Amino acid sequence: MARLVVLGGGVSGHTAATFAAKWLGSAHEVVVVTPNAKWNWIPSNIWVGVGQMSKEEVTFDLAPVYAKAGITYKQAKALSLNPEGNATSNKPFVTVEFTAAGKEGTTENIEYDYIINATGPKLNFGATPGLGEGSNLGEHTVSVCTADHAVHASHELEKCIQKMKKGERQKFLIGTGHGMCTCQGAAFEYIFNIEHELNRAGVRDMADIKWISNESFLGDFGVGGLHMKTMGYAVSSKIFAESLFTERGVDWIIGAHVNKVESGKAHYELLDGTMGEEEFNFSMLIPPFAGVGLKAFDKAGEDITATVFAPNGFMKVDANYAAGAYENWKASDWPKTYQNPTYSNMFACGIAFAPPHPISKPMSSPNGTPINPTPPRTGMPSGIIGKAVAHSICDRILKGENAPLHEASMANMGAACVASAGKGLFNGTAAAMTIYPVVPDFEKYPGTGRDTDYTFGEIGLAGHWIKHILHHLFIWKAKLKAGWTLIPE
Amino acid sequence: MAGKKEEANIKAYSQNFTTMTPGPFAKKMRTCVIFQIIRFIIINLKMLVVVSKSH
Ligand SMILES: Cc1cc2nc3c(=O)[nH]c(=O)nc-3n(C[C@H](O)[C@H](O)[C@H](O)COP(=O)(O)OP(=O)(O)OC[C@H]3O[C@@H](n4cnc5c(N)ncnc54)[C@H](O)[C@@H]3O)c2cc1C
Repeated sequence: MARLVVLGGGVSGHTAATFAAKWLGSAHEVVVVTPNAKWNWIPSNIWVGVGQMSKEEVTFDLAPVYAKAGITYKQAKALSLNPEGNATSNKPFVTVEFTAAGKEGTTENIEYDYIINATGPKLNFGATPGLGEGSNLGEHTVSVCTADHAVHASHELEKCIQKMKKGERQKFLIGTGHGMCTCQGAAFEYIFNIEHELNRAGVRDMADIKWISNESFLGDFGVGGLHMKTMGYAVSSKIFAESLFTERGVDWIIGAHVNKVESGKAHYELLDGTMGEEEFNFSMLIPPFAGVGLKAFDKAGEDITATVFAPNGFMKVDANYAAGAYENWKASDWPKTYQNPTYSNMFACGIAFAPPHPISKPMSSPNGTPINPTPPRTGMPSGIIGKAVAHSICDRILKGENAPLHEASMANMGAACVASAGKGLFNGTAAAMTIYPVVPDFEKYPGTGRDTDYTFGEIGLAGHWIKHILHHLFIWKAKLKAGWTLIPE
Repeated sequence: MAGKKEEANIKAYSQNFTTMTPGPFAKKMRTCVIFQIIRFIIINLKMLVVVSKSH
């Protein structure tokens, strides 16, 4: 019997574990190690953050789902990997620390034949003074990165709405809280949901809403922007984004590295080296992401973390980490199999793998401060990669250790993104966007780097309905309800 | 005021002066249920192609 251990039960790890359990059957064991008792459909946290959904609607208990799937579930967080075993055993193992009530703090070494690191991001609030400590959100801003954060954000938003109803003008500052953030899409969706909610509450005219981000142009989204086909033109996402911001009366600051947050004030440095500050009554700033801080040790107990992980804490995979300057970047730099180059039974998927380099053009201020988005690994790529990695491992377990690995490069993969504004079925609209491929391939698609037949975007009710359907479909799928395998990632 | 309401958010000499802005027809179509049902079908089909090209 072989054992596959999946670290992280989020979008990517849950997909990998559930497919692996289905493909391997009861002859082999799938273990999931994840610290939370609940699964969270993170994209819908946006609606929780404006009070349009409850935490319960975007989360569910993992234990019954894993019991149904025959998956061994450990409510714990991984601390370190010993891919060569230790002095007494050659068997690789992972050390985990339990987080479940009653077992907190106890540790266990779990041996494995294959391991998937799908631990997602550490929400690195601590990288910006005043934004938080370590992975904990501070007191000056709100977040929608977890369901609990989003509940808190909705309460703070409600307080502002009440103040505006009493005639007190409020300033909203939404965006990224550091020069090296990703996930601009989430902040983009949140700012327009807030704008929609303020309209609905009849207080829009009492609010000044401003965007602040590390993008060098509006609409970069961490993918270097994209061109969408419309009315016979391939139009840059910059034009669309600026148009939407203008239409909704939302001002913007771009090329900004937020370097300090205080009560009611964010300090920032711009790409041209100038410093500025922005006051706010309500602010949601996405933190930068890092790896969750797993360590690795060899058989002798020597620290080999730098061999297994990149300096940002994400796991090294089959990417070209030596591409150098952006002029040399190629679509083929991006990983295909997500196998660790040192240990062939170790894989990483979703946000946990180390990308070879950004997608957006790297930039820095004259003071040397890097200010550019880091590459996003959104839900669809995270799910597809998780499934491909599970497929590879299952083949190796069932067909032999030389079975070819499955490939899922982000340079051959699209992503569908739907950014809603509002939740009502007939009054909410959404910007629905697809991008193909996520990583531009300028050799295959000279000029825009993307296939403009499949890279498109538009605003309307249709996208909004799709967002609603996706919410229910993905939760249905994650709960492994009837037909779950038919729902694409 | 003789100007068009939907163009009022564009501010002279500001960073948003260079952008495009939707007129009333473009805005109306966003919430026109019949048009959006058609778009819903088209967007879904396009997304399905993107999904199938990605797996
Ligand atoms: C507010 C918001 C809105 C978003 N909206 C969209 C959207 O509309 N569309 C879209 O495609 N994407 C969206 N995304 C991005 C999407 O959520 C991510 O791409 C996706 O969650 C990444 O999946 P993952 O499995 O890599 O990480 P996660 O889903 O974060 O899962 C990581 C898991 O690992 C666990 N973990 C952490 N540390 C450890 C440890 N030490 N040991 C074991 N387990 C650990 C975590 O608890 C978590 O369960 C959004 C993100 C945010 C924050």
